[in-house]
Amino acid sequence: MIPSKFDYYSPATLQEALSLLSEYGDDAKVLAGGQSLVSLLKLRLASPRCLVDLGSIGNLSYIHEDGADNLLIGAMTRYAEIAESKLIAEKCPLLRQTALVVGDVQVRNRGTLGGSLAHADPAGDMPAAILALKADLKATGPKRDRWIKSEDFFLGMYATALEANEILTEVRVPVLNDRQSAYLKAARRPSDFAMVGIAVCLKRAKNGTCEDVGLGVTGITDKPYRPQHVEAKLRGQKLDPAAIGAVAQSITEGIDVNGNIHASPEFRAHLAGVYLSRAIQAAIGS
Amino acid sequence: MQVKVKINGKEYQDDVEPRMLLVHFIREKARLTGTHIGCDTGNCGACTVLFNGRTIKSCLMLAVQANGAEIMTIEGLSTNGLHPIQDAFLEKFGFQCGYCTSGMILSAYVLLQSNPQPTDHEIREALEGNLCMCTGYQQIVESISYAATKMKEAGK
Ligand SMILES: Cc1cc2nc3c(=O)[nH]c(=O)nc-3n(C[C@H](O)[C@H](O)[C@H](O)COP(=O)(O)OP(=O)(O)OC[C@H]3O[C@@H](n4cnc5c(N)ncnc54)[C@H](O)[C@@H]3O)c2cc1C
Ligand code: FES
Ligand code: FES
Repeated sequence: MIPSKFDYYSPATLQEALSLLSEYGDDAKVLAGGQSLVSLLKLRLASPRCLVDLGSIGNLSYIHEDGADNLLIGAMTRYAEIAESKLIAEKCPLLRQTALVVGDVQVRNRGTLGGSLAHADPAGDMPAAILALKADLKATGPKRDRWIKSEDFFLGMYATALEANEILTEVRVPVLNDRQSAYLKAARRPSDFAMVGIAVCLKRAKNGTCEDVGLGVTGITDKPYRPQHVEAKLRGQKLDPAAIGAVAQSITEGIDVNGNIHASPEFRAHLAGVYLSRAIQAAIGS
Repeated sequence: MQVKVKINGKEYQDDVEPRMLLVHFIREKARLTGTHIGCDTGNCGACTVLFNGRTIKSCLMLAVQANGAEIMTIEGLSTNGLHPIQDAFLEKFGFQCGYCTSGMILSAYVLLQSNPQPTDHEIREALEGNLCMCTGYQQIVESISYAATKMKEAGK
């Protein structure tokens, strides 16, 4: 399968990339790791006139601390780099755990954090972790940068709050040393997309009750989401299996649950509750 | 567009359309046909090559994206007779039609570099991006395990 024709640019700076996006408007697409976009080009589900490859922009791949209890991760940082990073393992094991269950080795060697978020696959793994961590995403436009809350970023099927002339450049993750976390994914085969994926980032009080919790859900509906009503119900709770079980099924409350050959809506909603319970238990055991 | 890549230590330069996939560059421009196209959708791993030392699927990459990169294909593994992993696949019946084999062997090669004595489970995890239609994975895992032992004995 051969993509339709396009102009290809490999700018060396972010500025050049942004001017190309402004020039071509909707006719341009950003190319990151290509693990989703190249397939779309080949299937001709995407036929942009211009492709702006971020691969030669040197300063978009990094993981460091900002001195104010945040981790800053460049958009072009690849899954494999996240999985291998000592800093991530120490400060944010949830990202490592999530990166390791995306696709397969080859996909993780190319796919990027920015690409996975900007692509906004309804079953993407990273979006769930980013939501549970209450991370912020930096959109860089021709004139200015703006920060978008993860909960405001995913708008629908493959749709995000990014404008056509903006590039996602950085993800800011709060470092929360007193948290416990887990990402659990139900898939037919290990390297498949999630039928359901649940990320939990939990803070427990001294007496074991839930003091604070962030949740991210993927695979269920047209976009990854953060079920804040479930978070509210969990706060102050004892977190024993009975208490968790009592709130778990409300995770799909008010949500239009998808069905496909892998899982009917009923089964998927059931899985979501079960996986929420398991993810919380896993976080507590982490 | 001009593309210059080093494949198995040798430089290849050509004027290609930006839409040319890396796997086509490797097969049709460099004429290295050991890299296969299976699914052509990024799922099977038959097109696996090493890109700056890491495995990637060359059907999910444009040739222009590889400009300046170092690539190794299955042909690069057997510069001096067959590599021990290749010998092991022969000895342990690690393939039938052979379509998936170059990808399997390159994934195994990278695994054994970082983990010279992997468990069967680790081998299976390392091969999650490589599908085989005919052998059944058991002999493939056995081949790689056998190669690991042989390479350890030979001190390679
Ligand atoms: C075999 C296979 C299995 C997979 N399994 C999984 C899985 O289990 N879980 C999962 O989550 N994903 C999976 N994926 C998808 C993978 O995670 C992709 O890497 C990811 O969705 C896209 O990241 P990328 O860097 O490759 O982006 P690309 O494919 O390059 O781009 C994707 C989209 O995002 C846009 N984009 C990319 N970067 C930016 C940016 N910085 N700013 C603005 N827009 C941008 C592009 O224009 C494009 O529209 C799989 C892919 C394959 C091929
Ligand atoms: S041909 Fe590239 S993954 Fe199947
Ligand atoms: S040997 Fe035939 S596909 Fe693996």
